[in-house]
Parts: sequence; C-alpha cells; structure tokens
Amino acid sequence: MKILVPVKRAIDYNVKVKVKADESNVDLANVKMSINPFCEIAVEEAIRLKESGIASEIVVVSIGSLACVEQIRTALALGADRGIHIQTDAVLDSLQIAKLLQTVVVKESPDLVILGKQAIDSDNNQTGQMLAALTNMGQGTFASKVAVADGQVAVTREIDGGLQTVSLTLPAIVTTDLRLNEPRYASLPNIMKAKRKPVETIDAESLGVNLTSNVKLLKVSAPAQRSGGVKVADVAELVAKLKTEAKVIS
Amino acid sequence: MSILIYAEHDNTELKAETAKLVHAASQIGGDIDVLVAGHDCAAVAQAAASISGVTRVLVADASCYEYQLAENISALVVELADGYSHILAAATTTGKNFMPRVAALKDVAQISDIIAVESADTFVRPIYAGNAIATVQSSDTLKLMTVRASAFDAASLGGAAPIETLTQLHDAGLSSFVNAELTVSERPELTAASVIISGGRGMQNGDNFALLNGIADKLGAAIGASRAAVDAGFVPNDMQVGQTGKIVAPQLYIAVGISGAIQHLAGMKDSKVIVAINKDEEAPIFQIADYGLVGDLFDILPELEAAL
Repeated sequence: MKILVPVKRAIDYNVKVKVKADESNVDLANVKMSINPFCEIAVEEAIRLKESGIASEIVVVSIGSLACVEQIRTALALGADRGIHIQTDAVLDSLQIAKLLQTVVVKESPDLVILGKQAIDSDNNQTGQMLAALTNMGQGTFASKVAVADGQVAVTREIDGGLQTVSLTLPAIVTTDLRLNEPRYASLPNIMKAKRKPVETIDAESLGVNLTSNVKLLKVSAPAQRSGGVKVADVAELVAKLKTEAKVIS
Repeated sequence: MSILIYAEHDNTELKAETAKLVHAASQIGGDIDVLVAGHDCAAVAQAAASISGVTRVLVADASCYEYQLAENISALVVELADGYSHILAAATTTGKNFMPRVAALKDVAQISDIIAVESADTFVRPIYAGNAIATVQSSDTLKLMTVRASAFDAASLGGAAPIETLTQLHDAGLSSFVNAELTVSERPELTAASVIISGGRGMQNGDNFALLNGIADKLGAAIGASRAAVDAGFVPNDMQVGQTGKIVAPQLYIAVGISGAIQHLAGMKDSKVIVAINKDEEAPIFQIADYGLVGDLFDILPELEAAL
C-alpha cells in the first residue's frame, strides 16, 4: 500500500507572530519555520502504518518555494521514502493547493492520503476535504485513530460531541487531529540517510492548474489587546468582585 | 442576494449556532434560507422556522443524511447551491467537515471561521491562532464561509417561516457510519455556555477535574480544558478550548491551573470576564485575566465552591 503525505512549511509552533507596521501581512522575516505540527502527525501515522507492515511506500509532497525542501528532508529523516517538491513562489489558497495535490494523486495513485487537519498559519482546515472532493474519495477528518483492513479504513474522528467512527473505501483521505499519535524525533543517522533519498522537483506552472485565487487579502491587523486586570487577595474578594463589579454571577 | 445557512443540529435539537448564523447572514442582506439535513429531524425544522429573519426552511429528511456524512451532505448542498450568493455553515466539526468539499466541487474558495461581516464580499477572520486578524475580499460569484458563531449575537425568535420538504437523495457510497461515543452530560455545551470553568496541566490528573464539578453545578457552567490537559490524557479532546479545539466567548471564563499558552488564549480571549487561578504569579494567563488569584488550586477550589 502506498501512502501520500502532503506537508506544509509553516511558522514554528513556538513563535509568536507579529503583524507588519503597514498591515499588509504578518512579518515572517527571520522567523523559524517547521513542518506544520498536524502534518508532522500525518508523517508519523504513515511511518507507523509502514512499520506495522500495512504500508510499503511513503511519498511526501510539499508545495511552495525552494525552502520547502527543508521540510521534505525532515519528513524523509523521520522515515518517508521519497519526496516531491512542487515549486512555486505564488501565494496559494487551499483550493489551488488541493488542485495541485490532485495532479500528484492522479500520477502516484496512493491508497491513502494523510494530511494535517489544518495549518497553524492560515488556520483554514480545508485542503484535505477539498482534495477528497476533487478526487471523489471518502474522507475521515480530525482523526484520532486510523485502522486499515480489507480495503477499508476505519477512522475515529474527534467531533464536537465526542468521537465518531466512519468506514471509508480505499483509496481515501484522512486528516489528523492532535491525539492520533506523538511524532518521533529524527535520529542523526536518519538525518544523514535522508540526504540521499530522492526528491523530485516539479514546476507548479507545468501542472495545468490555475494558480490564481479569487480571495484578496486586504489587510492584516493585530488583534485588540486585552489588558490584564487586577489580582485579588483571596476567594472572598474574587466572589465579591464577580458579584458586584463584573456582575457575572448572582 | 440570497443566502443558504446549513443548520447545526443532532436530529433532535437545533443548536445555538444556527440563530447566530442567521444574525451574521442578516448583516450580508437578502433572503435567508435554512437547510436542515438529517433524519427524523422535524423538530429541528420547526425550531429553525421560529428564528426571526428566516425566509424559508428546507428539510432534507432521509437516512442518508442521518449522520451528516460529508460526502452525502456536500452533494446535497452542491445541488442546492445554484441561485444562492452565499452559503454559510457554523465552524463546528460538522461545518468544517463538509463545506470545503462543497467549495471544491463548485470551484470556489472557502473563507473559514469568519468573525465579522464588513460587506457582502468582505469578511474578517483570525489567522495564526488569533494573533493576527485578516480582512479578505472574495470575487467568487458564490461565497462560501464557515462562521465562528461565538462572534455573533443570536437572531431573536418569534418567526414563522414556511417549511419546504426536499426529496433529493444523495448517498455517495464512499463512507459509512460505524459508531459514535458521544459525551453525555447534564451540563451546557461548551460553545453554548454562559459560564465555563476550565482546567489545565495544573490539575495534575483526570480525577482532580472532579474538583470543578461542584463549582460548575453552582454556576450552571460547562467544563473545559487546555490542550496540555488533553495531551496529558486527563480529559477527552471534546473538552479542549483553544486554537485547535473549541472557540468560546462566555460571560465568565474561569481558568484553573492553566498557564495561558497562545493556543489556549486563541480559544477564550473574547470571553467577557476572565478569572485566572494559578500558583505561578508570572503565568501569562494573568496578563489577560480581569481577576487573578495566585495560589494553590487544591486549596482555592473547595473554598470557591463553598463561597458560591
């Protein structure tokens, strides 16, 4: 079984982003970038499926500037077999990303595509579902458990009211939630080995996908700051303030 | 302009998000239809018809919609899409699941998680866990968006919209429901509660979350948790408040043993009043809390329960 794992290069989880003074966008100059955390969980899940003998090959794909190769190499060091870099400097929305990924799905015919449920920069939560629609596959989003057997994948999903399990006919799309697994760290020997694994580069323009988005970013501003209030001395003062000052309890 | 709203429900009850979406839609302007897709969901349709400002309620009541599987719901919404200028769904796990499929099938963008309507084509949404606020303009003829319901007031009740029955059946055959383990609680749901008390890593284990029960009972509160508490296995993920969990904006939010990571703040900083209880007086949560109480939560919680 072949697994395709798209990964996004995104701001590191620990970085607090700042808005540019001219409000044109956030300032990403000299900011640490990493694999989006949910994509890392997707890579880990694919590796576990390979380690358990279910998957035979893991192909990782990333879309964006030349710098994305860094994230592909990270995924290869973790255990993916080969990489595909779709190179473009264009600013893409989820729909364009999904269409580019569709071309990879057509070419590679994976049995399973595992993606992160959302990227922590745009917070869109769209790409996996869009790819599923474009390829007419079933989807198991926000997965906390993935079980493959007999041409089906059972996906346990984190939903607002609890958990829901759905069964999908392969090939299918899975998007990862936090509790699916805990990603491993790459060992030094594996980082060295990853440098010799193949990475194919494809020019995004060559794939016949319209890369123009119909959504224009007009402005990016800093959120309204909430100022800290007061420290209270004890429970009695807290309850009194909530009753008489804030008037939120009676 | 004409707007279609996807009703948030569980086949028996219309959820609070829907009236908030009607309010958001009224800021765009135009006729507002509400789609109720489910099975044995007549009561939900009745409830939707009573929201003021709703033009029509469309009901697709069939077994293929019972579990609101994304593959089937998206096919239904795609069929209905022609004639609408906007389609709105709540940014819940249901809306987030099926809406991007509709967008891809209609070849339009989706604008996720809007928190304000500037005009019929311009919307405001948080990015980077709410550390930046983007204003975006869509030139798609059909505008699809998920709406952060907590950012909008609810439309009032008292309407009496006509209810029309749809007969379209869409069973894509790509997925099937196996089972659900739903949290059963007498408490209000996190996204609908006016008071929330949440525990973090400082709670030390899952059993200690019981310390929050008595306070929640007295305040009629929902109980939430930080991602750290979920990751540590103290409580299930459906209790998570934060960037990747539930986004809430209650009248009163009490954070107990929560340090205040940006991912947690993203989920609760629009609460009207925030109380923080933490033994570390340098914890970032105090920078946004209206009332901070420094101390050991294992002493403070029983005292607080007794004082209410």
